[in-house]
Amino acid sequence: MWQHVLTIFIASALINNFVFTRYLGLCIFFGVTKRMETAIGMSFTFTAVMLVEAVLNWVIYTYVMVPYHLGFLKIVIFIGTVAAFVQAADTIMKKVAPALYYKLGIYLALIVTNCIILAVPLLNADENYSLFESMALAVGSGLGFSLALIIMASIREKLELADVPKSFQGLPISFVLTGLIALAFLGFSGMITL
Amino acid sequence: MSNNVSLGTLFKNGVFGENPVFRLALSLCPAVAVTSGVKNGFLMGAAVLFVMTMTNVTVSLLRNFINPKVRIPSYVFITATWVTVIDQVMSAYQRAVYKEMGLYIMLIVAFAIILSRAEMFASKNKLLPSFVDGVGMGVGFLLALMLLGVFREFLGKGSLWGAQILPGKPLLIAIMPTGGFFAMGLVMGWLNWIDRKFFGGTGGGGGGHH
Repeated sequence: MWQHVLTIFIASALINNFVFTRYLGLCIFFGVTKRMETAIGMSFTFTAVMLVEAVLNWVIYTYVMVPYHLGFLKIVIFIGTVAAFVQAADTIMKKVAPALYYKLGIYLALIVTNCIILAVPLLNADENYSLFESMALAVGSGLGFSLALIIMASIREKLELADVPKSFQGLPISFVLTGLIALAFLGFSGMITL
Repeated sequence: MSNNVSLGTLFKNGVFGENPVFRLALSLCPAVAVTSGVKNGFLMGAAVLFVMTMTNVTVSLLRNFINPKVRIPSYVFITATWVTVIDQVMSAYQRAVYKEMGLYIMLIVAFAIILSRAEMFASKNKLLPSFVDGVGMGVGFLLALMLLGVFREFLGKGSLWGAQILPGKPLLIAIMPTGGFFAMGLVMGWLNWIDRKFFGGTGGGGGGHH
């Protein structure tokens, strides 16, 4: 069983990387990678929220939705828990750790309508993962996303100095760049078959 | 936006002026994810068109009843309801396609474009303009997805809508993740070039929106 958990962890971090093979979280990916500092802040917040969300939604899914045959409501319920949790985390952080809040608070607000946070519980529900497998998927995806953000942020900091054709400045060149990194990540496929 | 803007202008604005994908650079995930074929792009675009229109209509109808303090969660739940509807319909009638892109259909709920139209337009406007705005934005999204789909399927598989046109696969990379990002970047750059060359725009399409 632990071997399977490890497999899921590595697969979700590298082979099925959220950004480069599943194409999720692109808005955030392009939005926050202009500066290294924001990219790192975002990575921390995302991984933590993803883990908590995965556990929370796993409990709700397994003990409430499956016994009462409410599977079809998963979209509504999952986004509800995400919104509620983020709001709660926002309020608690403001009271308990104001310093941390001023660093990461802005990222929290962006999280509610973000596809990768929602994708983790949805994937877990679709695959009927156990609690540990869900957690492995969440942490793996979070680290994979952090890796993507940090790679991209480092390249974009260099890109500031490059002479890019006018029409390609900004997003278009970032897309082409992402394509090249995705090509590199293609090398991981086939390393593990799920 | 005021009410005296004609409906035609509103529609055109959604399709061209503020095209969700290429101009506003919102909701990019599905634009890259499902456009490996024209048919997938079309179905995804149709699903978004439906959700977008219905959310706009619902928000517009309920705009006087929603307390401003809880408006964002309310909009999210309205969107989630309509996404559930389209999710059930798709899984019933388009089995094969649903298996491939079911996750992205469910994730329509997290589209920034839908929430932003509900917040910026439908919550302040009457039923008809909101409806037209939803349709315009939805059609803009649909066209963008199909444009990318045509490029990628033709280059990657040599076919269009599943019908083989070229023998073999000219450029397999186009249907892989890499190709999706390339296609997106190139089309965006191309549209910027057209904008600068012929319409005197700044060509900075897709700034720092998220």
